[in-house]
Amino acid sequence: MTTSSEDVLLSVNHVRYKKGDGTLYVMNQRLAWMLENRDTVAVSHKYADIKTQKISPAGKPKVQLQVVLHDGTCSTFHFVNSAGAEAQAKDRDRVKMLLQNLLPKFKRQIDGELEMKSRLLSLHPILKHLYEDLVISKVINSEEYWNTPTLKHYTESTNLKQEAGVSGAFLADIQPQTDGCNGLKYNLTQDIIDAIFKTYPAVRKKHVDYVPNKMTEAEFWTKFFQSHYFHRDRIASSSSKDLFGECAKMDDQAIASAMKHTTLDLTVDLPHFTEPVPLLPDEEYTEKEKDSNSIHRSMIKRFNQHSIMVLKASHKNSSSSNNKSTNNNKAENGVKEANGIDKRSMDESEPVDKKRRILEKIKYEDLDDENDTNRAPELKLSKVERYLLGPSSQVTQSTSSSNNPPPLSALSSICQAWSNGQQCLRPFRVSAAAAVGALGELSPGGALMRQHHAASMAQLIPSDIKLELHRIYYSGGELLRELWRCFPQPGAGADTEDHAAKAEKFYEALLRFRNVKLRPFEEKMLRDLTPLATSLTRHMNQMIDAACSKYALWQQRQAKLR
Amino acid sequence: MKLTVDGLLVYFPYDYIYPEQYAYMLELKRALDAKGHGLLEMPSGTGKTVSLLSLIVAYMIQNPHHVRKLIYCSRTIPEIEKVLEELKNLFKYYEKSQGEKPNLTGVVLSSRKNMCIHPEVSQEREGKLVDGKCHSLTASYIRERHEHDISVPICQFYEGFNTEGRESMLPYGVYNVDDLKQYGADRNWCPYFLSRFAIIHAEIVVYSYHYLLDPKIAEVVSKELNKEAVVVFDEAHNIDNVCIDALSVKITRRTIDKSTQALQSLEKSVAQMKAEDSTRLAAEYEALVEGLREAAQARDTDTILANPVLPDEVLDEVVPGNIRNAEHFLGFLKRFIEYLKTRLRIQHVVQESPAGFLKDVSTRVCIERKPLRFCATRLQSLLRTLQISDPSHLASLTLVTNLATLVSTYTKGFVIIIEPFDDRTPTVSNPILHFSCMDSSIAMRPVFARFQSVIITSGTLSPLDMYPKILDFHPVVVSSFTMTLARPCLLPMIVSKGSDQVAISSKYETREDVAVIRNYGQLLVEISACVPDGVVCFFTSYLYLESVVGAWYDQGVVASLQRHKLLFIETQDSAETSFALINYIKACESGRGAVLLSVARGKVSEGVDFDHHLGRAVLMFGIPYVFTQSRILKARLEYLRDQFQIRENDFLTFDAMRHAAQCVGRVLRGKTDYGVMIFADKRFSRADKRTKLPRWIQEHLKDSLTNLSTEEAVQICKRWLRQMAQPFTREDQLGVSLLTLQQLQSKEQQEKIQRAVVQQ
Repeated sequence: MTTSSEDVLLSVNHVRYKKGDGTLYVMNQRLAWMLENRDTVAVSHKYADIKTQKISPAGKPKVQLQVVLHDGTCSTFHFVNSAGAEAQAKDRDRVKMLLQNLLPKFKRQIDGELEMKSRLLSLHPILKHLYEDLVISKVINSEEYWNTPTLKHYTESTNLKQEAGVSGAFLADIQPQTDGCNGLKYNLTQDIIDAIFKTYPAVRKKHVDYVPNKMTEAEFWTKFFQSHYFHRDRIASSSSKDLFGECAKMDDQAIASAMKHTTLDLTVDLPHFTEPVPLLPDEEYTEKEKDSNSIHRSMIKRFNQHSIMVLKASHKNSSSSNNKSTNNNKAENGVKEANGIDKRSMDESEPVDKKRRILEKIKYEDLDDENDTNRAPELKLSKVERYLLGPSSQVTQSTSSSNNPPPLSALSSICQAWSNGQQCLRPFRVSAAAAVGALGELSPGGALMRQHHAASMAQLIPSDIKLELHRIYYSGGELLRELWRCFPQPGAGADTEDHAAKAEKFYEALLRFRNVKLRPFEEKMLRDLTPLATSLTRHMNQMIDAACSKYALWQQRQAKLR
Repeated sequence: MKLTVDGLLVYFPYDYIYPEQYAYMLELKRALDAKGHGLLEMPSGTGKTVSLLSLIVAYMIQNPHHVRKLIYCSRTIPEIEKVLEELKNLFKYYEKSQGEKPNLTGVVLSSRKNMCIHPEVSQEREGKLVDGKCHSLTASYIRERHEHDISVPICQFYEGFNTEGRESMLPYGVYNVDDLKQYGADRNWCPYFLSRFAIIHAEIVVYSYHYLLDPKIAEVVSKELNKEAVVVFDEAHNIDNVCIDALSVKITRRTIDKSTQALQSLEKSVAQMKAEDSTRLAAEYEALVEGLREAAQARDTDTILANPVLPDEVLDEVVPGNIRNAEHFLGFLKRFIEYLKTRLRIQHVVQESPAGFLKDVSTRVCIERKPLRFCATRLQSLLRTLQISDPSHLASLTLVTNLATLVSTYTKGFVIIIEPFDDRTPTVSNPILHFSCMDSSIAMRPVFARFQSVIITSGTLSPLDMYPKILDFHPVVVSSFTMTLARPCLLPMIVSKGSDQVAISSKYETREDVAVIRNYGQLLVEISACVPDGVVCFFTSYLYLESVVGAWYDQGVVASLQRHKLLFIETQDSAETSFALINYIKACESGRGAVLLSVARGKVSEGVDFDHHLGRAVLMFGIPYVFTQSRILKARLEYLRDQFQIRENDFLTFDAMRHAAQCVGRVLRGKTDYGVMIFADKRFSRADKRTKLPRWIQEHLKDSLTNLSTEEAVQICKRWLRQMAQPFTREDQLGVSLLTLQQLQSKEQQEKIQRAVVQQ
């Protein structure tokens, strides 16, 4: 297994693995362990397979290092250097540091994607069912599955996740724990560190400056918690010992410059509220001198700064993500983020702005007779189709009432089947009332669904069957919709080749689905629930038949065209 | 709508009207008819300004010989801007319904700093520097010099105005600061002097209190205003303090040092002038022999401040001989400053009357009363003669001469207090001489005497009988209006104890008590957890705020507060506070919600509105009594007792309650708005405090709400907020708190309105 070309970056003796002593090798591509006096490698983990490493806490008698693999298994190495615990820990730390540097390089991109997908499936049981029904039963392959619009909706929305702001109390929430002997322990998570960095750019700068070179991560945070910066009731010492003494000053400067650059709103511009009496010495001049000597006063200042910076941190995110998503960031809108000054450059807009503010203030909306209709806010749709066709997947699940309403996507396909697909513009706009009416007709008991006897159905079907039927509807509906989507639409007829191939694939998938899922279900029904057996799946069959006949028709036409 | 108020056709620029607005107009008209003064209280957010403007404008149009002018004074610049916008609205409405604008001109006057359009001068950020620079470009001798020597810089805008602007009148319409600037820039005229000139003829003038109340400014600016005028003081709940501040002087050691320096530089320039051109000094001497009349005719650009003494005290006498000569005058001033210096060198507090002070001056440094009275005028005259281009560095010296003039003119209603140190820091020597006015009627009297009708109005004037007493006038109309409401959109509550049943109060003995502070903290945390968006708190003083915040940090209250909302705190630095406020608004608007800790009597409580989501709840921690140990206050209380028969406690409670009402009133700015008002002090539930709240708050303060614990208050508040969050439409209001013209004219409604007005 070993190839001689691999470099051994580090080898550590006296490492025990499963009760055998041996040598641990940290190599270019993998981590390996060899039993003493043997030639073969007993343990070999590629870095790409390693998910994370763990070490035993300091003070434990055993000095250990554990690597956890992606498949969940793990290997534990016990350092047994005879020179004592210190030497053992030193060995271990050498390995640890090296691994720390190496592992991130091997994290494969695909892992993240896989992880995301598995997380998605575990988060949404419906998707998992769909996955089981369609992919595991080999109706369609996984790639097709992830490309269906339903899934795309999920994956995309998670990609464009709104970044959460910073909690105002994140510093206060770091609760110290006493460790029993006059010490305090602070638990820092990555979230808290992110929050600190986001809110206090000065600390981030310090961190960048100091951490790998001058001190370790732990030392840095220890210093942070000791500083007056964290304890706001301590006065800043001017001595250079305090690492964060500068940070406070930097914050002050940042705030001061931000103050200078914001044009104050007329209604809060306190210094210019009153007309000064000309030629009299102003009194505030003398009062300012005795500032900055009181703890409380500096504390109050810090609270204000904290809130302002928290606010700024979250604003920054929103503005940058906005720019990304809307993709129309204008040049003048490019907010200078480096030192947190939003420049309000447009001077000529200021009086207009001011005037608007005043008008806003003096307006009595109830005294004015004004038509409110033109002021109604515009509805912004991120997915027009979803709005018009109704939520396709999740909602049907949640509203599983006594009678199984067919998924709305199925409704859309049926509508299209009636209109024969050609005349109907998509997304087609049906009035709400008509849509509800159609839905009613299509529900069991409606004009189009006479065969069903709604009342009896609900009572007769046991709940597990109901669930199963539901799943069938759900996965079948998904396939049907995909198939219908492949049929050429009026107006857009550019890539028919592509569509044809896709349609064929889904047509076959649909047939497969009928064979693998629907038929067994029908058979089971025949066995268990004789009176209802055929009626239960009739609607589903109708839908599949409609799609198939449409496909056949389309194929004929295609053939004729050629 | 067009409505008739007691036979007067009033154009009201809205389609609907509140019943109280109609009632307000009725009362206002009675005051105008009687040519008397009025005192009117109406809650904020019920459209006081628009009612005032539409009635008075209608009155002026229909009785042009009765009322010729409207002088509208407001306190802050945003308020002034709002008034102008409302006036514009009204004019627009007239234009729409009549086809033409009313033949009236409305104009604003503001400081040079706000109005200057000179490219260099307007860049200055401080008002003082703008004034100084403007003076150095527009003074008459500078302009004279420019005629001989082109290189002497002058202001082209002033020249433009001076040559063309005085002949023409502003076209009819309303001009705010920006309009005037634009108008001036188009014609190359100085907007400031244009406006100074225009207010003499304009029918409607909007400006700040100072321009009428501070004699130093009023004498320069408002001297020529027509007497047949209606003067309106809006937001006038603090008018007595404005009057007092206008006539009070504070001298510190710093002032003395600076005026000594200024004196030296003056001496130098006098000596220099004597060597070069003694004729000018001689001419000044001659002029002073002639009398002050001559000096008073100086050009409007030369005087920035007038004599601090009031118009009826205007000096007809000749300047006394011993200060006519420039050198003698400077020597005289030097002696006076030296005297003040020795007075500041004390170890204990001294309090004396102006008469005692004058006697001491005459025995110690042989300065008589008469020349002292002319100090301010004499200095102005000297500055003119010396052609000091930029008088801004002489500010301290001006202050000293003001003191000299005031102290020798008024013997009653003033007090002199010299304190060797601040009471809070007894070890630091920081002597201050306070020359304090105790009688607010001194500054008000000439206004009442001169103008036909003076209307004092605000949202919080209760108890109404106090103002006529302390301002010493006899109103013909005194009324308080309440707010008719279709839903209870304010929820006043008195929280008297915490959840542990410990009474909460900011009383001196218990204010530092840990339990009280903790209970305050708990109340705030729970309120901020259940109230959406903005929450504003007011503390009784800045010191108390500081110590409470410190204690809250130790107790973890701040941390739990930050879990719910962002925390902002008012500081003594107003620029810093403004920045915090802007961020407070941002936080409320982004939906994060925020808490603002602020101080009663502070700048925030006086001028910033927290309408709608910016303030859904306001908490008043304690009763905002003024610092009662202050000697100035004690002297004033004594004076009020002796002169006006007002008991100390009555005045203190009145003062505290008007500030409390002012603070809590900040959150409610209209009928569609809603807000919780929490008075967190046991003492609020006592009858003597409760009855001093404005009627519109008292009406909603039911007995069941006057003795609550924290939990009870939070429960009530939750229920109420849910109710308020329901949609509120015009249909709900119509007929109750909102009237159409037909409804207004119905007999039953008319009677109802008549009944609703409380007259005292």
